[in-house]
Amino acid sequence: MSRAGRYSPRLLRVWRRNLVVYRRIWKVNFLVPLLEPLFYLLAFGIGFSRLVGDVMYAGQELTYVAFIAPALLATAIMFNAFYETTFASFVRMYYQKTFDAMLSTPLSLEEVITAEILWGATKSVLAAGLMLLVIALFGLVRLPEGLWVLPLAFLGGMAFGAVGMYFTGITPTIDMFNLPIFLFVTPLFLFSGTFFPVAGLPVWAQIVAWASPLYHLVELSRWAVMGRMESSALVSLGYLLLFSGVFFGLAVRAMRRRLIK
Amino acid sequence: MTDHTRSMTPIIEARNLHKRFGTFTAVDDLSFRVEKGEFFGVLGPNGAGKTTAIRMIYGFSPLTSGSMRVFGLNIEQGWREIRSRLGVCQQENTLDPDLTVEQNLLLFAGYFSLPKVIAGQRSRELLEYFALEHKKQAKVEHLSGGMARRLMLARALINDPELVILDEPTTGLDPQSRHQVWDKLKELRSRGLTMLLTTHYMEEAAWLCDRLIIVDHGKILVEGTPRALIREHAGDSVVEVETPSEALREFTRSRNLQHDDLGNRLIIYNTLGPDLEHQLRGAFCDQTCTFRQGSLEDVFLRLTGRGLRE
Ligand SMILES: Nc1ncnc2c1ncn2[C@@H]1O[C@H](COP(=O)(O)OP(=O)(O)O)[C@@H](O)[C@H]1O
Ligand SMILES: [Mg+2]
Repeated sequence: MSRAGRYSPRLLRVWRRNLVVYRRIWKVNFLVPLLEPLFYLLAFGIGFSRLVGDVMYAGQELTYVAFIAPALLATAIMFNAFYETTFASFVRMYYQKTFDAMLSTPLSLEEVITAEILWGATKSVLAAGLMLLVIALFGLVRLPEGLWVLPLAFLGGMAFGAVGMYFTGITPTIDMFNLPIFLFVTPLFLFSGTFFPVAGLPVWAQIVAWASPLYHLVELSRWAVMGRMESSALVSLGYLLLFSGVFFGLAVRAMRRRLIK
Repeated sequence: MTDHTRSMTPIIEARNLHKRFGTFTAVDDLSFRVEKGEFFGVLGPNGAGKTTAIRMIYGFSPLTSGSMRVFGLNIEQGWREIRSRLGVCQQENTLDPDLTVEQNLLLFAGYFSLPKVIAGQRSRELLEYFALEHKKQAKVEHLSGGMARRLMLARALINDPELVILDEPTTGLDPQSRHQVWDKLKELRSRGLTMLLTTHYMEEAAWLCDRLIIVDHGKILVEGTPRALIREHAGDSVVEVETPSEALREFTRSRNLQHDDLGNRLIIYNTLGPDLEHQLRGAFCDQTCTFRQGSLEDVFLRLTGRGLRE
């Protein structure tokens, strides 16, 4: 079985299956991305920003809320895709045997895994779209350029969906996901220029931030939402593409090892 | 095909299949063929390698060595076409719990790229055929064991397959549900569908299968029709004697009768006809003899032993 022969548009059927399930409880699914930015903006806008005041970013004074709003988009993109291809995919793979059933049809393992990652990215786009709406209502988004967040959400979703799927391929039990959450996602969440600018940090911390895929997503999101970033858009795009590609390959390999016996 | 004696390509042709997991050999040189329209059985105790063998037929598990052709196509290159032409009813429940009964069929049809209209039509027919129409909006977790199994069968038929693979389709069902499944399988068989069934219910195999193999430790022990296997390995009739006397044991030995001595029970497999039965009745059976027909279960236990598995 040649490698190329394992990919076909049939994989969209698996993607669609997830969409059908999502639509069944779309109201609940919409609620989180709508409320989450509200909570954050209220908490940081009312509470925290009095402590911090304005923030210096890319040579400009910004209110703290304006500074973190694009970062909230980026972290939501990360969480949605990562959650989907870790916990949700793991449940489908391990408990529901959904993949086993699919692999008795003309679907290949590669198609199932690709569709799952694509679905993770789709959830990132949906969440980012809803959040963008809320943030725009606060007057924090320049339009129409802010809509670039949607394709960025897809790219970011592919990156974090792929890395999540890689963890699903190598994680023995579902509660072991606490490990990548604690050691990978949480540090990214905190140290990717999300809540404070990277520019003011010591050099080593800047280097660490630079290696973080979330940092690049946050940067691109700031560029889309407010037309400012402190690094280069092309470098960030390139980094995310590379990151997605590498972890996509690793994810497929890990899942093949795990499922094909 | 090099075999000129058969005009038709077999539906399944497995040659010298091996499957190793590390150093453990789960399938050990299995060869068999299934002809078009046949109901073929794979019998074996738990852990015999039935599921492993089946997974090699639909290209889920790669072969360690050997060759597998289905519909005349090699599984390694032709897996996608092969899978599009067969249906699998897996041993575990693999229904999609996030979906309704009807959605399970419709979305599964999508995996086969069936056009929407045809998918709708097939799923209506199958829901009716398996008496699930009233449940079509139900979530699968609310189905009884029998209904879930019927939905698994319906789903395995959604693509109008030429071959259906059934891995222990009635394990865990109550007798009513089991008989219902058997009736449906019989009916499908009479329509000319080729089927491969694994089971450890002998009654099921005897009732459904045209031909079967008994497998243990990944190897084929015997192959044949249920009737021929019973005749050969269990005789025309079986005599079970409770607390057999030493005299009977001596008689059994001296006449070289086929038997199993279980200590407090002696089972004699009568291949010699009614004379022996009369003799036993007259000389050894005061009250503790049971005379019955040989069954596939006798064959199975004789060949795979009476030791517990797992
Ligand atoms: N993925 C696997 N890794 C290691 N051993 C396995 C694997 N799958 C099955 N086995 C072993 O192979 C043997 C045959 O299993 P299986 O084909 O499921 O038996 P059956 O279906 O006849 O009950 C069993 O001893 C089982 O433990
Ligand atoms: Mg089995």
